[in-house]
Amino acid sequence: MIHASLTELRAALDAKRISSVELATLFLDRIEQQNPALNAFITVNRDGALAAARAADARIAAGNAGPLTGIPLAHKDVFCTEGVLTTCGSKMLSNFVSPYDAHVVALLKAAGAVNLGKTNMDEFAMGSSNENSHYGPVKNPWDATRIPGGSSGGSAAAVAARLAPIATGTDTGGSVRQPAGHTGITGIKPTYGVVSRYGMIAYASSLDQGGAFGASAADCAQLLTAMAGFDARDSTSLERPAEDYAREIAAPANDKPLAGLRIGLPREFFAEGMAEDVRTAVDAALDEYRKLGATTVEVSLPNAKLAIPAYYVIAPAEASSNLSRFDGVRYGHRAAEYRDLAEMYAKSRAEGFGAEVKRRILVGTYVLSHGYYDAYYLQAQKLRRLIAQDFQAAFAQCDVIAGPTSPTTAWAIGEKADDPVQMYLSDIYTIAVNLAGLPGLSHPCGFGGGNLPVGLQLIGDYFSEARLLGTAHQYQQATDWHLRRPA
Amino acid sequence: MSRSDWEVVIGLEVHAQLNTASKIFSGASTAFGAEPNVQACAVDIALPGVLPVLNRGAVERAIRFGLAIGAHVASKSVFARKNYFYPDLPKGYQISQFELPVVQGGEITIRIGEGDKAYEKTVQLTRAHLEEDAGKSLHEDFHGMSGIDLNRAGTPLLEIVSEPDMRSSAEAVAYARALHALVRWIDICDGNMQEGSFRCDANVSVRRPGGPLGTRREIKNLNSFRFLQQAIDYEVQWQIGTIEDGGKIQQATVLFDPDTGETRMMRSKEDAHDYRYFPDPDLLPLVVSKEWIEEVRRGMPELPEAMKGRFINEYGLSAYDATTLTASKEVANFFEDTVQSAGSAQAKPCANWVMGDLAARLNREEKDISASAVSSVQLGGLVGRIADGTISNNIGKKVFEALWNGEGTSADAVIESQGLRQTNDAGAIEAMIDEVLAANQKSVEEFRAGKEKAFNALVGQVMKASKGKANPAQVNELLKRKLEG
Repeated sequence: MIHASLTELRAALDAKRISSVELATLFLDRIEQQNPALNAFITVNRDGALAAARAADARIAAGNAGPLTGIPLAHKDVFCTEGVLTTCGSKMLSNFVSPYDAHVVALLKAAGAVNLGKTNMDEFAMGSSNENSHYGPVKNPWDATRIPGGSSGGSAAAVAARLAPIATGTDTGGSVRQPAGHTGITGIKPTYGVVSRYGMIAYASSLDQGGAFGASAADCAQLLTAMAGFDARDSTSLERPAEDYAREIAAPANDKPLAGLRIGLPREFFAEGMAEDVRTAVDAALDEYRKLGATTVEVSLPNAKLAIPAYYVIAPAEASSNLSRFDGVRYGHRAAEYRDLAEMYAKSRAEGFGAEVKRRILVGTYVLSHGYYDAYYLQAQKLRRLIAQDFQAAFAQCDVIAGPTSPTTAWAIGEKADDPVQMYLSDIYTIAVNLAGLPGLSHPCGFGGGNLPVGLQLIGDYFSEARLLGTAHQYQQATDWHLRRPA
Repeated sequence: MSRSDWEVVIGLEVHAQLNTASKIFSGASTAFGAEPNVQACAVDIALPGVLPVLNRGAVERAIRFGLAIGAHVASKSVFARKNYFYPDLPKGYQISQFELPVVQGGEITIRIGEGDKAYEKTVQLTRAHLEEDAGKSLHEDFHGMSGIDLNRAGTPLLEIVSEPDMRSSAEAVAYARALHALVRWIDICDGNMQEGSFRCDANVSVRRPGGPLGTRREIKNLNSFRFLQQAIDYEVQWQIGTIEDGGKIQQATVLFDPDTGETRMMRSKEDAHDYRYFPDPDLLPLVVSKEWIEEVRRGMPELPEAMKGRFINEYGLSAYDATTLTASKEVANFFEDTVQSAGSAQAKPCANWVMGDLAARLNREEKDISASAVSSVQLGGLVGRIADGTISNNIGKKVFEALWNGEGTSADAVIESQGLRQTNDAGAIEAMIDEVLAANQKSVEEFRAGKEKAFNALVGQVMKASKGKANPAQVNELLKRKLEG
């Protein structure tokens, strides 16, 4: 059951081969055993999970089960969960028990999914390695000396180590796709606006988007279907009819199920910078796609190289403002002693935030300052439009874009901890997707040196999530990378 | 140099609280006076993860204002974040419109002074933009700590910014009053200044006539017209005194102390915040369609200027009367209802009653016209009875008093119950005249000797004898005939 797909779990629950309580217990016990080594969870929600599982069992018995009723999952600790500690990986919120559920959490609760707990993450979703957590780094299940990626590293590690069958995440610059790639699982970030941000603690509002982790594209499709949907409480939520993101998940019709699919390969993604072991795995995956009937075509994203500088202006700018509410006045960490208001703010925030968060607040404050705004923020917004235009031009020539998720496999814990710019550059392939607001997916496509997973990123045009998932699914029908598990 | 060598330049920023039931970005109530923090929801207290959703009612009110002042209502405007830390600002930023406000331009005509010295002036507006209010910090009663009440946090405000077009405190007050009347007229703000629903900031500078603009100081948070006038007058004197003593004005924000009547510096330009404005990524640009503007336009009440013109044309009122009657919507409506009840031919007497006896009575009792003890229908009935000769104007005043004191439900009822009907019976009047003439031979002789005044005295005696009920015109005519006959 630990390694079962959602479809198999659904069948087992419906056939009463296992109860939801038994299933939840199985995973909770596994978390208890393995989490001390992995540090994937900040909070384990045993009592809440068992109560939800009991309710799910009643629902199943009554014949009212939906696709996710009784299915255990984990939430990234960026999502507010009523009555459950919600830390965002920060000391600042280490005492914050949310009085309300995020829209995503409420939807999954209503679907009858069982919340096993809250997963570790880079503080306020700022990071690519999960080393920036107040709760300590998360270990990569494939090699405990390696990072799992970030910022949703806890969710990715939990799914990779089968501490949860599926998990939620958020992706501002690659925070779902990159850890999925580094841990050998599948992760999708939908089009900006598909998943409500209500109750998702904001890092960079115009880039933040909820996403899904699973072992396979099929599992991700089910989770995304349950998470997505219009929410009037989020003004950037898109008012569109509900979608079944699994609608293109189908058995191969023949040995060329992807016939007619044009895969664009951005010249810039295949230039220097990509490690050899990653290149080898990606090339092999592209061969596999061609075998399945797809054709590949070179495309160009000339401004993609400007994505990182643009991102590191826009995201910190928004973050510097978004994080102002953490002032020690109403909730969260407040310094024990202070002489006046200014010192209360200064000490509470100095104590409550970690180094990377402070760095981004400072950068963001700087770029928004009087006299610098035009040179930084407005320029970055112009780049953002150019990057989005590049993608549109590319999609005139292809249906999906493919390339590596990350330039290297997971690096060693501590390796880039003192060099933030090296860390930022590791997101070179994922960040442009957020700036354009496009959907992106990462699926495992082999292993590099040290038996570390390599991820292949698929990027689609707006609202092409079902196609991305269907494409990855065909690949996963022909390969077994997604079935490999860490020892 | 003397005082008259200086020109005063004033611009006003007015914060009008919009009278929506809920806040501008959340569903919490905006009602005034609740227990602290009971009207602050998750969005208002800025819990992690919450997001703003724009209240269309606030936008609709801004559109209404834009239409009322002939401004451009922007098809696209943008909400920005104004970043600063303060405990009563829960998010650490205020959502406001910065570069692209919803209302751009517009003008308001004001009338300054009384009588011969009265003049009109048109004040240009720069803009009006939507924003949220902050909460309140309470520094008393907390044993050295501060209390925070977030009930007001997120209350919708329309910040209305004028050009520096005013040249005296009187003009500034006239503008503020006109604006106050207008926002109430179009029903977007209750105008309650005590509760802070209408607050003025005044930018004041002085210069030599025709010279470049002087450095301004901004007087914050004036919540009465009297304070506005006092603060500006003090500030102008202070600035002139400072310059004439060889000093320079430094740009600053000042507060007015009503107890001392003085302004004092709150912060200088050097202390000014860098608010790091940028478009709020949680809110899409505000799009106002032509259709929406037209829909709002269709729901607009007749505006004071239009109503004034109609009063002049339709009722033949003087410009002065029309202006006075349209000073507030309540007075204008009361007047029109009175006319409707009395008949449109009686518009002028109706205007006289509303501006005269009724206004005096309301004034004496410090009442608003909405609290008038005499209704428009009652007053209209009264005017009608004077017009048709049932009672004289003087008896009318008596009937008015009786109605005010609740001695009858209508003018007719009072006239009947108190027997005030005018006597038009020529025989009865003649009899009274004969009696009066017999008893006042001296006056008769004086009249015959050419003293016109004696005639009036005799009329008065006859009216007195009739207890005011004799038709005065008839008395005049009959008496004249008797004396000359």
